[in-house]
This record gives sequence, structure tokens and C-alpha cells, in this order.
Amino acid sequence: MKRLPALSAAVGLALLTACTAGTENSAPSVPAGSANHDPVTIEFWHGFSADNELKAFDDTLAGFKQKYPWITVKATKAVQDDQILQAVRGGNPPDVALSFTTDSVAEFCKAGIFQDLNPYLAASKIDPATLFPPVIAEYTQYQGKRCVMPMLADAYGLYYNKKLMKGSQPPKTLSELAGLAKKLTVKDDKGDIEVAGFVPTSQMYENAPIHTGVMVGAKWTNPDGTSAIGSDPQWKKLMTWQKELADWYGYDKLEKFRKSFGDEWSADNPFNKGKVAMAIDGEWRNAMLASDAPGVDYGTAPLPVADDQQDRYGAGFITGTVIGIPRGARHQEAAWDLVEYLTTDTDALVKLSNAIRNVPSTLPALRSPDLDKDPNFQTFLDIFANPNSSTLPANVNSVFNQQTMQEAQIQWESGRATDLDALLADVDKKINDKLKLTAGG
Amino acid sequence: MAATALGRRGPAVPSSSRGGRRRANLRALLYLSPWLAGFAIFFVYPLLSTVYFSFQRYDMFTLEPVGLLNYRYLLHDDAAWTALRNTLWLVVVMVPLRVLFGLGVAQLITKVKAGAGVLRTIFYLPSLVPLVAGTLGFVYLLNPGTGPVQAVLDAVGLPSPDWFGDPAWSKWGLTILGLWSVGDLMVIFLAALLDVPRQLYEAAAIDGANAWHQFTRITLPIIRPVLMFATVTGVIQTLQYFTQAMVAARVASGATDSAGSVFVPGYPDQSTLTFPEWLFHQGFRDYAMGYACVLALVLFAISMVFTLILLRQFRGFAEEEA
Repeated sequence: MKRLPALSAAVGLALLTACTAGTENSAPSVPAGSANHDPVTIEFWHGFSADNELKAFDDTLAGFKQKYPWITVKATKAVQDDQILQAVRGGNPPDVALSFTTDSVAEFCKAGIFQDLNPYLAASKIDPATLFPPVIAEYTQYQGKRCVMPMLADAYGLYYNKKLMKGSQPPKTLSELAGLAKKLTVKDDKGDIEVAGFVPTSQMYENAPIHTGVMVGAKWTNPDGTSAIGSDPQWKKLMTWQKELADWYGYDKLEKFRKSFGDEWSADNPFNKGKVAMAIDGEWRNAMLASDAPGVDYGTAPLPVADDQQDRYGAGFITGTVIGIPRGARHQEAAWDLVEYLTTDTDALVKLSNAIRNVPSTLPALRSPDLDKDPNFQTFLDIFANPNSSTLPANVNSVFNQQTMQEAQIQWESGRATDLDALLADVDKKINDKLKLTAGG
Repeated sequence: MAATALGRRGPAVPSSSRGGRRRANLRALLYLSPWLAGFAIFFVYPLLSTVYFSFQRYDMFTLEPVGLLNYRYLLHDDAAWTALRNTLWLVVVMVPLRVLFGLGVAQLITKVKAGAGVLRTIFYLPSLVPLVAGTLGFVYLLNPGTGPVQAVLDAVGLPSPDWFGDPAWSKWGLTILGLWSVGDLMVIFLAALLDVPRQLYEAAAIDGANAWHQFTRITLPIIRPVLMFATVTGVIQTLQYFTQAMVAARVASGATDSAGSVFVPGYPDQSTLTFPEWLFHQGFRDYAMGYACVLALVLFAISMVFTLILLRQFRGFAEEEA
């Protein structure tokens, strides 16, 4: 009978060992060179799903095939981060994976879910500091590990419907935006909103705090990684402004109006339908308006800024699509060839940018004479180049921090929370506690 | 000593008989082995792993021992306690309402003279609708901007709450969704009600018992095992309540699965956040699998307590019946 506990312990240990076997970190082996031209097929997972985007992306992959005829790319569309994560964990990852969000970059790098690309960059003699604008470094690396590369970038600005603006110029300050929003709003006899000048609440499609915080230059974190939200007066300024405008509409009326909207990514977007005069959105909306609502006469401008920060006008939020080689990729050499092509080849980036109207992510592509630069798109190129534009630096709790902040914004806008200082102090506490839990900070 | 030992061990057994018993035990173990293997692989191993990971900082790729950090975090994780309160609210409110509603519908169908089959089908069909589709349909129906329910209420001049956008109403919205899909319980109750001997009602009627007395003195005692079954399974299912709350919150909030679109779980104001949902978010969205394991252990403990209480009740009832 004495053998039973020992046997149980051994089995338990074996099980635990088996369970944790997938947690080892393996350093990537850097390919010696591209001398090997044996035919190879690589798996590539990406998130593109719209027809125009898929066609443009297929064209780009055809360009890759011309340059690297021995590599066949088997592409899988509409893949989310969760699927990439599970594939890596299951030991069957794609050779190359693309993510539309930079929220997980810190975890991708920290946990080694994507391989550190610095050795590949060194082997290919690519200097990221001279190839990419500086802001990109903030969302493609974490603690010195560059585990993803940028493949096109996004910049956020203000879209305005010229017909609904009735000759008004786009606002440059938050006061101007509020004044114009009230002036352009049309309500029916019951007070329900028929056309909104601007929907100020944080749940409006692209009004998430990461995008609107730039309007007041608000900070998310302190240098030590703890929350700066409660101590930065700019958040309070932004939320007070949002609340005042939401109250002018009536929060319930605003919610009823918002919930009548169609899908953000469909032709039913209220900006396409002329139901909102001004909206915060990314540069990609240019291509969507061209295909879904070509009759809308619109203009673009930088985001309005706080009244006392007019020198910052022209800045916006910047982020981008990222691409990398997951841990366990079987064909690393060919995978790097594809990543290098999609992120550094000027012709490929320019063609893709022209097709889906995303901002090119390398300095040579931004300067390329082949890049289509109509005035509405130029606005976003200028925002991208503005030194005051900012991004959300890679953070292991990026999603949690944004959720916590947005939750506080909803409570405040709706009037369900009335003490803004206490609300933001609570945000700080939650973010700092979470930091201790996940990063030991 | 020998007598004492014999007394303790029972009467002496011939060695051939002992061998036979051993063989019988081995044979029984052999027959049980598929279940034992399944129990070990799918219950004991995950449970041990969960306990082990609850003491680790585990992002599903790297491990770091952190002692009781995950347990300490639980003590001041407001969202976890809110999620627990919401889940218990659903157990206390939604489960009894579903049982009562299912029983009421079944009782009505037994009384219908014509068209009972059609009614039975109509009430049963919603339980066949996939959870996601049913929830999407409900959020659409109750949408204050475009929903037909709002339009009807507006037309007759009645106010309508923002069912899935107002924290005071959101759990009631989920409860109505639960009542709509009560067909699974209704069918079980219907079978139980039809099984009650008619003669008992006839005898009671002759003795002057009214409908209420017949229901409480004849129907309820006879269908009590079925009621208990419905309650036990309802409580266990509701402790795992996830899909409807997640879908309703996501659709009502307007968040999409895209970059920059932040989905706040439990929208609005965490009023629909359930314990399993928070567990999922911690483990699979926030990369805090170690902490998610603590939440899983808490859920396991609560489920055990509920199950033990209900089983005790059930045993008491069974003894009473015997």
C-alpha cells in the first residue's frame, strides 16, 4: 500500500510535466541565407476579409510569387488573434501570421508567441530605425524584443459631410466641435435625433479612449508602467467635455440614436447615410466610402484638440497592422522572406496602400511618387508624419486597460457615476492591481 | 489476540474463496476501467492542473511561481464579485421563473382540448434555436432604436426600457430570453403531468377538492422528482451561464471584433457579467490563466455546494417517498 502514494505522486508529477511541456521558450534559429531555393509551401494567416482588401492582398502575394517563385503561399483569410494563439499553443502554427490589432504585441513578445525578429533583421542588414517612422517602434516591440513588423499603418482623423456642414469649416478645437455639433444636429418634434452633428460618447464606433485621448494629449501610463489616468488632468478635461455634449443631446436619446445604426463596416455606416455630420475614423474609410457611398461629398481633417493646446493641432492616433513569425513555424527562412517582402518592399507597400487606402509604414514608401495622394488621404499622411501624433505603447495589459477606461467612460457619460475623480482613481487602482498580477509591477 | 484479530477481520475465509473475491474485484475494476480512465483524464488531471496553475503566473506559455498572489488578487477584484453576484441573481431569479413558467405552460397544454400538438410544438421550438441566434434575435427585438417591440410600445404611447443597455433591466432581458426558450423544461413537465393517474383527480373532485387543492395535493407531490431534476440541472446550467450574456452584451454595446473596438465584458456596467465569462476573459483575453484557475476553483466549490444541498434535498425526498 505504501507504493500507492509514491505512484500517485509520480503520476501527478508526470501529468504536470506534460501539462507544462509547452511552456518552454525556444530561441529562433536564424536562417543562414536564402541559398536554398527548393520549392516550399508556407501557411499564411491574415485578417483581411472584405472583397476589395482580399483582391488587393492577393495581388500583393502574386508580386511575392514573382520575386520568390520557389515559395508558394497558402493564405487563410479572416483569422483573429485567438486562433493564432491557439495554433501556436497546439504546436501547429502558420509560418506567418498577421494581426490587425497591436493590443497583444507585448504579450506576443514577452511570452515568445512570436519570434524575436531582431536576428532576422540583422541577417538581412535592415535597420528599422532608418526604415520606419519612430512611432512604429512603440507598437512593434516590447522590452527590446521586436517580435512583429509593421505592414501598413493607420491614422485617425475627422471625417465631415460637406453637405451637412452647410459651408462650415471643420473644427480645430473641442469648443468648436461642440458648437458645430449642436448647430448641425436635427431633432424631431419628440426630441429624437434625426441627424447628429457629432456623437460624443465613447461607444460610438471609433470614439474609443485610445483614439479620443489624443485630442487632449492624455497619458495612459507612467514610465514605471503604472496608470497615469487618474493623475493626468487631460482625461478629466476630455470626459467633462464629452459629458456636457452628451447631456445636451440627452444620453438616452443619444443611445437610442446610436442603436439605430447599421454595422460599422457595412454600407449602412451612418456617415455613409448622412446621419452624422462629423465622425472620428481611420484612413481606411476613404476606400470604403469610395466603394459603398461614392455619392457622399466629404472632407477630412485632423482631430480637434483641447482649446489650450492649439499648437498640437494636426496630431492623431496612430496604429497599424503587424506581421510576424509564430513560434514553431516550420519554414522560417521562407517565412522571413514573406515578412520582409510585405513590410519592406516599397513597390508592394505602395500598391497595397493605393488599393486599400492604408498608410504605408516605411519612410521610402511614404515618399514614393507612385503613392496616390488625393487631398482626403493626404490628411492622414500628414497626421502620420506629425510629431505630436501618438500611439498606445505595447503593454501586457493593453486590452484590460482599455476596457477599464472605457467602462469608466460609459458610467460617466450615462450619469451612473457622478464623482469623476473617484471614478478615475478607481481606474488607476484596477490597472495597477492588474499590473501586479500579470507582470509583477 | 487471534480471536480479536479474527473478530476484527470477520470469519476466516478459505484461500480459494479469497482468490475468487480478488478475481471478482479485478473483473469489476476491468469493467469500470473505461470510466475510471475517463474520470482520471477528464476530471482528476484537469483539477490537479488547475490547482497547480492557480499558484503560478501563467500566460499559457510561460510559468512563474507566485504563491498566493492570484488568490490575494481575487479578494479585491471587484469585477469577480460583481460577476458572482450576477450569476447568483440568475440562479435565484431565472431558474425558479423558468421552472414555474415551464410548469405553467405544460399545465395549460394539458387542459387544451384541441390543437395541443400545435401549441406543444410552438412552445418547444424556441429551445431548438441556437443560443447565439436566439440572443441576437432578442437583442434586435428589444433594441430601443430599431426594434419592433419599441415601435409597438411607442405607437401605444408606452415607455420602453433600454433592455440590454440599462443595467437595471439587462438581467431581466436575459431572463425573458430564458423564459422564451423554456420548451426543454415544458416537454419534461408535460410528460410528468400526463403521467399523473386521472382517477386521483376524479376521486378528489368527488370529495369536493377544487383545482388548487388538486394541483397542490395530487399533481405537485407526484411530479416532485421531475421538478427537482429541472431545478438541479437548471442551477448547474445557470452557474455556467455564458453564451447569452456574452452575445447580448457584445451586440448591445455595438463593439465589433476589430482593432480599436473595445468590448467591455458585461455591458452595461458589468450588469450581465457572469462568473464563467469573467473566468474566460481572464484566461483567454487577458493572458492571466493562473488567476483564471483560481476563479475556476471558486466556481467548482460553489457548484459543489449547490449540488450537495440539492442532492441532500433530493435524498430527503426519496427517503420520504420510500
